[in-house]
Amino acid sequence: MSPDSVLETVLDTAAVVCLAGGALLCLAAGVALVRFPDLLSRMHAATKPQVLGLLLVLLGCGLRLRTSADVTTLVLIGAFQLATAPVAAHMVGRAALRERRPDPDLLVTDELPADGGPSSPS
Amino acid sequence: MSPAPLSRRDRLRNRAVAVAVLVSVWCLLWGSFTWANVLGGLAVAAVVLAVFPLPPVTFAGRVSLPGVLRFVLRFLLDLVVSSVQVAALAFRVGHRPASAVIAVPLKVRSDLNITLTSVALCLVPGSIVIDVDRATGTLYVHVLGVRDRAEVERFRRGIWRLEERIITAVGSAAERRLVAAPDPVSPQSSADRKGTRV
Repeated sequence: MSPDSVLETVLDTAAVVCLAGGALLCLAAGVALVRFPDLLSRMHAATKPQVLGLLLVLLGCGLRLRTSADVTTLVLIGAFQLATAPVAAHMVGRAALRERRPDPDLLVTDELPADGGPSSPS
Repeated sequence: MSPAPLSRRDRLRNRAVAVAVLVSVWCLLWGSFTWANVLGGLAVAAVVLAVFPLPPVTFAGRVSLPGVLRFVLRFLLDLVVSSVQVAALAFRVGHRPASAVIAVPLKVRSDLNITLTSVALCLVPGSIVIDVDRATGTLYVHVLGVRDRAEVERFRRGIWRLEERIITAVGSAAERRLVAAPDPVSPQSSADRKGTRV
């Protein structure tokens, strides 16, 4: 086997590991979305394992495609994912908070001010 | 902390950074860094900045490369560890994950620090910033999968350490002194309000 084909095998194997890991994390996010008890907990599932999941999938794609034009697009997708996911999570969380306070039965502690916090509609 | 009006030099620098970022995005979209792409990117950046001027950002700090590296490495580690934790929580049968809403007063109240800390917190599984008090620099964070007060306090200290790493990476000398101060006393250490509606 020539050194080139060895390198290709290594890269392909790494790509498979990344793609499978990323897919598993996305599956976990889906399961959590169904199973978690309230909206705020679900927001964790909807925004988080999927961030690393997507990054792993992108890394896997990059390792497999190996052309600069494709890789630059993947880098952009990753960067915008990191920039936008927190905003999405925050906006949904805040909207939920304005609607009603989190269920105290699910909380160990709740340190939001009694009037609903700085951005409450009052 | 109301920011002082920006000097002409600061505004020029902010604009230069914005142009550089926009040009790189443009080149990444086209897939190659050629002169044609850079010139095209400059034109697009000029139009974008003229049509959508950026809000002023005060940045008094100094970027420290080892600080940035340390922050990024620790961030990636946190991302992996907590992704696995939340994923494991999702597959645990017969378990309702408890959570908490905690108030964390940041030590440095600049807009930039509040933003960076919130974004870094939001990207790491297990925590979402659900509200921000800009005047006092307080983040209200929803934490997933905590079982008791001790874990809540550990998490709160973790957020202060995160802020420290961010300030070490991009903060000014004055801000570095602020984060080196001892942690504030946690605001509600006595009130465990589980089960009582407030």
